[in-house]
Amino acid sequence: MDILPNIWFIAISVLWIGYLLLEGFDLGVGMHMLITAKDEPSKRVMLNTIGPVWDGNEVWLLTAGAGIFAAFPFWYASLFSTLYLPLVLVLLGLIFRAASIEYRGKRDSDRWRRAWDWAIGLGSFVAAFGIGAMLALTTTGLPLDAAGNPVGGPFVWLTGPAVLGGLAVVGFCLIHAATFLALKTDGPVRERAGRIVVRWSPIALLPIVGWVLLVQFETGGAVSWLLVVAAVVAVVLGWFASRRRREGRAFIGFAVFLALGAASIFAAVYPVVLPSTISPAYDLTVSNASSSPYTLGVMTVVAGCALPLILAYQAWSYWVFRKRISAQSLPAVHDFEPAIKR
Amino acid sequence: MDPLDIARWQFGITTVYHFLLVPLTLGLGPIIVLFQTLYLRTGNERYLRMTKFWGKLFLVNFILGVATGIVQEFQFGMAWSEYSRFVGDVFGAPLAMEGLLAFFVESTFLGLWIFGWSRLPKRIHLATLYAAVIGSWLSAYFIIVANSWMQHPVGVELVHGRPQMVDIWAVMTNNTALAAFSHTLVGSLSVAGAFLLGISWYHLWRRRHDGIDTIGEDKRVVVGSAPDIRGRDAADHGVWIRSLRIGAVVAIVGFGLVAVTGDLQGKLMFQQQPMKMAAAEAACQTGTSFSVLSIGDVGSRDCKNVVGLIEIPGVLSFLANGDFNTTVTGVKDLLPQYEAKYGTTVPDNAALYGAAAGTKVQYVPIMAVTYWAFRLMILFGGLAAFASIVALWLTRRGTVPRSKWIMRLALLGILSPFAASATGWVFTELGRQPFVVAPNPTPGGIDGVFMFTAAAVSPGTTSGELLFSLISLGVVYLALLVVEVALLVKYVRGGVVSAMPELGDHDDHDDHDDASRDVLAFAY
Ligand code: HDD
Ligand code: HEM
Ligand code: HEM
Repeated sequence: MDILPNIWFIAISVLWIGYLLLEGFDLGVGMHMLITAKDEPSKRVMLNTIGPVWDGNEVWLLTAGAGIFAAFPFWYASLFSTLYLPLVLVLLGLIFRAASIEYRGKRDSDRWRRAWDWAIGLGSFVAAFGIGAMLALTTTGLPLDAAGNPVGGPFVWLTGPAVLGGLAVVGFCLIHAATFLALKTDGPVRERAGRIVVRWSPIALLPIVGWVLLVQFETGGAVSWLLVVAAVVAVVLGWFASRRRREGRAFIGFAVFLALGAASIFAAVYPVVLPSTISPAYDLTVSNASSSPYTLGVMTVVAGCALPLILAYQAWSYWVFRKRISAQSLPAVHDFEPAIKR
Repeated sequence: MDPLDIARWQFGITTVYHFLLVPLTLGLGPIIVLFQTLYLRTGNERYLRMTKFWGKLFLVNFILGVATGIVQEFQFGMAWSEYSRFVGDVFGAPLAMEGLLAFFVESTFLGLWIFGWSRLPKRIHLATLYAAVIGSWLSAYFIIVANSWMQHPVGVELVHGRPQMVDIWAVMTNNTALAAFSHTLVGSLSVAGAFLLGISWYHLWRRRHDGIDTIGEDKRVVVGSAPDIRGRDAADHGVWIRSLRIGAVVAIVGFGLVAVTGDLQGKLMFQQQPMKMAAAEAACQTGTSFSVLSIGDVGSRDCKNVVGLIEIPGVLSFLANGDFNTTVTGVKDLLPQYEAKYGTTVPDNAALYGAAAGTKVQYVPIMAVTYWAFRLMILFGGLAAFASIVALWLTRRGTVPRSKWIMRLALLGILSPFAASATGWVFTELGRQPFVVAPNPTPGGIDGVFMFTAAAVSPGTTSGELLFSLISLGVVYLALLVVEVALLVKYVRGGVVSAMPELGDHDDHDDHDDASRDVLAFAY
């Protein structure tokens, strides 16, 4: 058995988990802008918690995608082409989100801001749902023929597991963002976010638990069950911490829950990266979907050098912006008087 | 409609759009680095103003580059799955490296720069900008390595009909990539140079129009100030004249280097993609003359009616090989060579080639496009450089002439290098057709590695899906372009105060207690 494809299966899992952990709260904050924030100061506080870091977080998605391309081109080709329509929606969602973050504050007008609130809220929802559906399908399967192409038209991906995965990621993002906001802000946003975690996490996290169990009962083993148990312990501890308003611990508890839960899924499906629901003979696996040993070797060296650095400087950027944000710490919005008037 | 055609339109449109935003990012980045470095070294407030103002425009533009870049990354798998399977072993690597080594650096440090104004010590704050700009240049390098591999595949072996990478170093130092990378970067500099020039011109013109600056007895500018307009003080004049001159010089130097690197690319193209070279020149007959203007049916692909109207002997030979007597093989002689090497018909495999299976291969790219795109690229770049030289002369008195028309031309001139950049890509990419991975005919090259574009598209993806994405992306792109331009216009009209609201604040604002409250210097 080749070691490199297995290393890359782990690396891809790590990239996806990193993505869910980091952009998870960005996407959740985007949705909370629409459903939780009541007034303009709260919205600005929320947006500025992710302001300096969101783009760096989104690169985890790009790298997870490009990493699959480099290490498992057959997986990349089959998954992305079969999920054509949902991925178009994800892309549109991400475009609207990015534009909203940068452009929302660039005009002092309520209509303008409201339009961009919808862009970031819906964009985040669609992106989270679509990514969740994609990850769920790559663990539960798609109707692929021997060549790895989809059979059954543009909507074959629209299945129960896809919806479950979509809801799972949306639900997780909402709770994760609430623990993040409780940790990163002061004032009314902090209060509300803390209450949301305590009250809603038992419901919002149900779909992700459902997805984990679905995969475990299909293909789970001893290791993956162990991870599930550990994840459950983490989430229970996180919930209690949140009730006692220990915001740092709560954040860590829910984050560890996601990391272990997702790891349990990846561990359960291993070595299949994308099952075919037509025939197990057509499954894409760690060994039949991967690049050559030479390519994987090169990529291992690059990722081995780059990932520790990335973790270090991203951690530093969180450290630089560690202060809690409140309405008082934001500069007043005043639209400038243009030097050139008509 | 054939899914292939829709997928091609979609790729062309989204990529050209992405590459309208990117050169401004690539070119403006180093210029802002220069301004902030000067500020740190001299302490001169003018450079702070320049950093902040141009930095603001940079960010408004940057974000759409990010948003559209994600589409580019996903498109290979979504619309070109067969391509991704074929080239994955070699093509995915630079893409993944771009993420790991460039995008992470760029986005993380740019976030630190934007929000770090009062949070980081000055030197470290400047260092974050250096890192972000270097990251953006690296990302250009990696993506061009990927693109150049499609133009000229190296560093691979054919194993079971698929290229397998055997030499990453050869891929990273592909001469096609090094030439294209330097060409693209210096082209981007000329884009940014014209941008600075046009906008600064507008402000200087406005200052004269509003009677703030006048021309004195000695024919030199007399700088004034307008106390009733925020930010229109004497230092404001310095911001614009300095930006204008730097922009003009950058555009001129950029174009000079573009010509040098472009010449290099032409010589490589002559060896690596002779058909593209011939098509760029509408060179039907083998010979040495460069066509300044050809008439007749340049658009037809059979060379029946093409007549060279003005031709300069020897120049084509010089473009291709650096001397005056190398004969450049024309389309008529190349065609049989291509047909002998790569076949006259597309393999009769409907699963892979769809409607194109079994049809005759069209080895001559659409000559009307390659011929004119190549000329327009050079023309637009040259125009910008020429205009910059004129601009330096016209502003020798320290300000711009009062003419409204010249001001309008300067603003219009901003578009010229953008157009050069877009036509350059259209030329390169369409000239490569019918191949998506062009064969490598150079000595020691791996001639068996090539792929027809017709085989690259996702077999399972329907026209309906592709149309849906083409239309929705098109509409969203168009809307966002309108928003971006509107915002750029708003900030340009705002002048420096738009990026430094504190400028010209006397005491009518509550900002002075900000220090005690630890307010972020920048926030969304
Ligand atoms: C501001 C932009 C700009 C300007 C002024 C020019 N170019 Fe260019 N050119 C590009 C922007 C560009 C580009 C967008 O960057 C391209 C497309 C793909 C590439 O690698 O660079 C390009 C491609 C490109 C190619 C095709 C290479 C290939 O397909 O392999 C050649 C031969 C040249 N250029 C040559 C020139 C010459 C001789 C120029 C002027 C004297 C020139 N370009 C001006
Ligand atoms: C930003 C730079 C680029 C620009 C402006 C650009 C532009 C274009 C254009 C104009 C076309 C022709 C569309 C048509 O035939 O109708 C095209 C096709 C294509 N290009 Fe590029 N391209 C760029 C970079 C790349 C890169 C980096 C890749 C791959 C890594 C690439 C891969 C392709 C593919 C797969 C097609 C589709 C096949 C085809 O229709 O020609 N391009 N591109
Ligand atoms: C078809 C090929 C291309 C792909 C797949 C691609 C991919 C991307 C992606 C994913 C981003 C967003 C990164 C972020 O979130 O920060 C991006 C931005 C960027 N791309 Fe592209 N790109 C392509 C063509 C090009 C070309 C040809 C160049 C340069 C010559 C280029 C240079 C950049 C730069 C400098 C940025 C960051 C600055 C900005 O967003 O404006 N890209 N690209």
